[in-house]
Amino acid sequence: MQARKKYVLLGLCACCWLVLFYCGGGVQLRLLRLLTHHRSDVLRPWPNWTDRAYLPRYAHLDELQTDPGSAESPRQRRQAWSTVYRDSRCRMDTCFDFSRCRRRGREGFRVYIYPAEKGDRVSESYRKILTSIAESRYYTPDPREACLFVLGIDTLDRDQLSGQFVPNMDERIRSFPSWNDGRNHLIFNLYSGTWPNYTEDLGFNVGQAILAKASLNTEHFRPGFDVSIPLFSRDHPQKGGERGWLLRNTTPPRRKYLLMFKGKRYLTGIGSDTRNALHHIHNGKDIVSLTTCRHGKDWEKHKDARCDHDNLEYERFDYQELLHNSTFCLVPRGRRLGSFRFLESLQAACIPVLLSNGWELPFSDVIQWNQAVIEGDERLLLQVPSTVRAVPNKRVLQLRQRTQMLWDAYFSSVDKIVLTTLEIIKDRVFSHVSRNRYMWNSLPGGLLVLPEFSTHLAHFPFYYLGLGVSPGHEFTAVIHAVSPLVSQSQPIMKLLQVVSRSKYCSQIIILWNSEKPPPSRSKWPPMPVPLVVTDSRRKVRTTSRFLPHVAIETEAVLSLDEDTVLLTSEVNFAFLVWRSFPDRIVGYPPRSHFWDPLKHAWGYTSKWTNEYSIVLTGAAFYHRYYNFLFSHYLPQSLRTLVDRTSNCEDILMNFLVSAATHLPPVKVAQRKQYKEGTKSAPWANPEHFTQRQECVNTFASWFGYMPLVHSQLRLDPVLFKDQVSVLRKKYKDLERA
Amino acid sequence: MYATGKYSSRGPALIPRMKTKHRIYYIALFSVVLLGLIATGMFQFWPHSIESSAEWTLEKGSVHDAPLIRLPASSPIPERGDLSCRMHTCFDVYRCGYNPKNKIKVYIYALQRFVDEFGVPISSTGLSREYNDLLSAISDSDFYTDDVTRACLFIPSIDVLNQNSLRIRETAQALAMLPRWDKGMNHLLFNMLPGGPPDYNTALDVPRDRALLAGGGFSTWTYRQGYDVSIPVYSPLSADVVLPERQPGPRHYFILSSQTAIHREYRAELERLKEENGEALLLLDKCSNLSQGAASARKRCYKGQVYDYPQILQESSFCVVLRGARLGQAALSDVLQAGCVPVILADSYILPFSEVLDWKRASVVIPEEKLSEMYTILKSIPHRQVEEMQRQARWFWEAYFSSMKAIGLTTLQIINDRIYPYAARTYEQWNNPPVVKWSSVNSPLFLPLIPPRAPGFTAVVLTYDRIESLFRVITEISKVPSLAKLLIVWNNQNKSPPEESLWPKVGVPLKVVRTKENKLSNRFFPYDEIETESVLAIDDDIIMLTSDELQFGYEVWREFPDRLVGYPGRLHLWDHEMGKWKYESEWTNEVSMVLTGAAFYHKYFNYLYTYKMPGDIKNWVDAHMNCEDIAMNFLVANITGKAPIKVTPRKKFKCPECTAIDGLSLDQTHMVERSECINKFASVFGTMPLKVVEHRADPVLYKDDFPEKLKSFPNIGSL
Repeated sequence: MQARKKYVLLGLCACCWLVLFYCGGGVQLRLLRLLTHHRSDVLRPWPNWTDRAYLPRYAHLDELQTDPGSAESPRQRRQAWSTVYRDSRCRMDTCFDFSRCRRRGREGFRVYIYPAEKGDRVSESYRKILTSIAESRYYTPDPREACLFVLGIDTLDRDQLSGQFVPNMDERIRSFPSWNDGRNHLIFNLYSGTWPNYTEDLGFNVGQAILAKASLNTEHFRPGFDVSIPLFSRDHPQKGGERGWLLRNTTPPRRKYLLMFKGKRYLTGIGSDTRNALHHIHNGKDIVSLTTCRHGKDWEKHKDARCDHDNLEYERFDYQELLHNSTFCLVPRGRRLGSFRFLESLQAACIPVLLSNGWELPFSDVIQWNQAVIEGDERLLLQVPSTVRAVPNKRVLQLRQRTQMLWDAYFSSVDKIVLTTLEIIKDRVFSHVSRNRYMWNSLPGGLLVLPEFSTHLAHFPFYYLGLGVSPGHEFTAVIHAVSPLVSQSQPIMKLLQVVSRSKYCSQIIILWNSEKPPPSRSKWPPMPVPLVVTDSRRKVRTTSRFLPHVAIETEAVLSLDEDTVLLTSEVNFAFLVWRSFPDRIVGYPPRSHFWDPLKHAWGYTSKWTNEYSIVLTGAAFYHRYYNFLFSHYLPQSLRTLVDRTSNCEDILMNFLVSAATHLPPVKVAQRKQYKEGTKSAPWANPEHFTQRQECVNTFASWFGYMPLVHSQLRLDPVLFKDQVSVLRKKYKDLERA
Repeated sequence: MYATGKYSSRGPALIPRMKTKHRIYYIALFSVVLLGLIATGMFQFWPHSIESSAEWTLEKGSVHDAPLIRLPASSPIPERGDLSCRMHTCFDVYRCGYNPKNKIKVYIYALQRFVDEFGVPISSTGLSREYNDLLSAISDSDFYTDDVTRACLFIPSIDVLNQNSLRIRETAQALAMLPRWDKGMNHLLFNMLPGGPPDYNTALDVPRDRALLAGGGFSTWTYRQGYDVSIPVYSPLSADVVLPERQPGPRHYFILSSQTAIHREYRAELERLKEENGEALLLLDKCSNLSQGAASARKRCYKGQVYDYPQILQESSFCVVLRGARLGQAALSDVLQAGCVPVILADSYILPFSEVLDWKRASVVIPEEKLSEMYTILKSIPHRQVEEMQRQARWFWEAYFSSMKAIGLTTLQIINDRIYPYAARTYEQWNNPPVVKWSSVNSPLFLPLIPPRAPGFTAVVLTYDRIESLFRVITEISKVPSLAKLLIVWNNQNKSPPEESLWPKVGVPLKVVRTKENKLSNRFFPYDEIETESVLAIDDDIIMLTSDELQFGYEVWREFPDRLVGYPGRLHLWDHEMGKWKYESEWTNEVSMVLTGAAFYHKYFNYLYTYKMPGDIKNWVDAHMNCEDIAMNFLVANITGKAPIKVTPRKKFKCPECTAIDGLSLDQTHMVERSECINKFASVFGTMPLKVVEHRADPVLYKDDFPEKLKSFPNIGSL
């Protein structure tokens, strides 16, 4: 009987289903849709109208070409704009007085700082900002020649509850004679607004001043006018700064933790939405997201059920340890949009995952952030784990290296942050002599790329690979001559012949730095290449050897002392090596620096060692751009030092190039040991050596760190000192004793 | 139904009689029911499918067959666009969701013809050819979906490309009528000619709530950065006129002004410039004696001389694009097409696609105020840069301006990049023309790092059965101070590796991996056991490398972590007689490869070799049991653009007794095979990536007259 019941039931079910089938149209439709649903893959395209060829144009050619033009005079229109588009709608066109920066290039861009008033306290951070500007090459003490003005009053912290808040700003700034409603003024700010809403309000009317502000909101940000800067701490170094933490590219690039966050949770108020939710993604394994309620005075008043458990978990992990061992770092908004965490994770090569909707990222004008961070959306917090998990290894590797590049180029010191701000504004003021986005976003970063030299990428030593081009096949020899020409057997005569015989040499320039006038044309030996003699007697300066002479037309420069002894094949070989390393100095005699722990200072040695970090520029190839950088990037003070002592110019050049490349110079094979001149030469005396020692330390302190890097290798011709037959060797001269 | 009903009702009665057979009977009955079901199902579904395909054919009709919608006068009007809208405030990102392909889905509304209460259409043109092209292109793209519930972005079929042809209020009402309008959320409107007389707004005047606007001619005050997309004003000439690409270089004229509607103030200024600089400038205007119409749009005149437009644009290095009443000018498209560098004078103008395109590389933007300085500014640009700009300008046109399809898909890609920023296209992808993309390199290890010495390197020894020689190699390598680990890749499936006790005692971990197949690519597998970045690949018969040489090799690798750093160097040569590449193992003055029989390299290249080797090279190498080292050299050179580094002069690696160089084998067939490899790989890579250099790396004091014991690496180059 059991079986029968079962079958009856089955039969009935079948009947019911059939009945439903015929009568229940809704079910039927739903089933139909289920069955046909897969067809959505087969796209139903926009119809291929039969009469599409007869459709009208969206506009007549006439309408497009002869747009009617308004009667209004363009000049009047521009004037009208500057009255309409002010304050919150400021743009460079309407709120900036370009005529103040009329002189072109660097000369025209001068920054003036208002003197500090008595009784004003200036915070540590603001002091650093002002120092950076005052030491920059744009500073002027004269307000009349200034293009940009910076307040002496500390405006970094505009939170009324803060101890550093300066009251009565409005009255004070209005009393400045050149305030002019803020035109051409630059105002730095890190904190604006106050509890509970932390608005963008600075507590005074900035008028038409440019804001360089942290935590800027895209809505308040005046594009092309304001500059978003990162939030940095009081301890942020003035100069140089720590390098990024990435020392090597581990493979696979994943670290112990995938994603981490450790920070405050706000129970109430602005920013609490995001911070309150962060614990949801914590899994204790590869995603560590820890929050604590224990902050502020009355945290226990607001505490909720999670707090105790969270606080306990919070103590289990160390922030620094997580920073080092995590692939991605969450950077959620705090009360304000930006946080210290951003720079911290950038430095730690922990790829920032931003959860800060509406934050105008630092230097967003010029930096392509999507190549260095993951821009998340606060609304999609729960998707973050799957998003970062899906990032392929290749991309992790790339993002991570880019964090380091950006950190090192723009953020590692207050100097860099401030200079980047100024350079961005300068690029706007002189927009046709400005950097393109490629320059800003590739190594070595925009600060080391001076658009006054050229705006053409291939003119710089850094972009050959990225553009798929190779450096030119010729070089210009620049000989620094100091002694008068008395005999035809002088070393310079031999040198001229040797160099001019190189098939890669396109011309020779002699920088005549002797007190006697240069000899007449006929005194020089006949040569297959053009010879230019520049007479710089009137101002005999050591740095003039690195002046970017217009006569230099090739990318490669061979810098030579008059008494250098070389062979043509040595020159040829070194030049070919330079073509493989166009961004470095390629030279012969090496020197080295070292840290002297007893003196707590850098030492300099010319002894033969197993490694070197400097090659002397008495005989070296380098890219001509470095001449320009030497004369325009370095501060006057260092160049004056070099001129005064007639020494160290080569060390300074090595500092500069290594600071740009982070790499050591290249030493190449040389037949004889390079003789540093004769007995009478200045470098024979020991004082000369002490000076160089001091130079190394002075330079290191200006750069804020020691840019020189050691190398242990020398590049020789492939068959150098090999036992194969001499006939096979291309550079056999190098081996002759 | 009738039949099945009858059976089931009679079922219970039958059972007592046929107790033993009832099982079969009921099974039969059940199958009948099932069959009936299927049959009815089929019957139900067939007609439907036929019906829907009938709908499809209907859609291949005329535009005029689109359904007519009458707008009541009282129908709601959307709010004016909100200037503070940004992706995180006015865009519903939940509709886009998490998507493994990182691709937004775009829905296009079916075409409708809107008329007001009196039957007057809301637009004088209706659907334009351009907008139709745009929608067709989108519907053919990967972005398209016909499932409105899955869409992230909605595109109305209401054509608002040209505001002049619109009735603003009614168009707005029509937009609000769209079934998914929802305050314009996630809707995208395309507009090229905004504003109207007298003041010409720089954004579409149609109230549109929160809809995104892809507009041509935004000014900095109407453009919502990161929300709107600035698009070009399409030039219909692009489709009509074929301008062949011209080689970049100097042109007959230096500056050309071809626009006809230039404000007289500016024209006066241009004429002054022309007076000062003469023939270098060509200042064209409308032809007065020609009749109006399409023909006049294709002609320009100067003092009675007639020029063809846009062909004349190709005769100038720079072409002026001045603003008119509107900021966006179709002339920009023509100028780019001609490969002429646009000189843009339109203050506050947001250049097309400026979010992703680097206009500084393709154009010169000059403030209107500085029009008089134009000549000096342009003259200061180096020649080579002008050529680059000409090439770049043409590339921008080809990729982003040339058709409505290009414009539409670029717009969608930009929005896509915002929604999935972690999958966004890079600067190089957007801006590098194909020729640069092809020849440039983006090394995956681009950061200049000199990794610390401490982690050391992992030696990976590929071996088959030469135990004795293997053990000698292991003993030799183990003397190198920076050795961190030894990994023996046991490539012999027929024989087990010797017992643990038999292996030489070494101070570092020694690990043996057995492979499944005897393949050469096993040596380049990214084994998890390799924990250092630095890998020393070494053959089991390279017994002559000294500890100093190996340690020095490691130091050199640290200075060049993105290159192959090896000992035996080789060269490729072009054989002019045969017209192909040739492999060279003679002692030459040049090097373009180092053999991986003994070479240091970054572990990342193991990944690339195993998973990213182009074409069939990997399998080809495994099948031929040869050339894995050449393949590795190709791979690394191709991705870094750099030559390998040969270290130390050593040329003998295997047997000290031999007098000649010991190669793997020097016989002719081997050389021929290796040459073939080079030719094969060069064709797969489509280029010859290998770089030839004339240097090798030696220690700083190598062979210098200096006490040997003070040298870091004295024991180098004895042979």
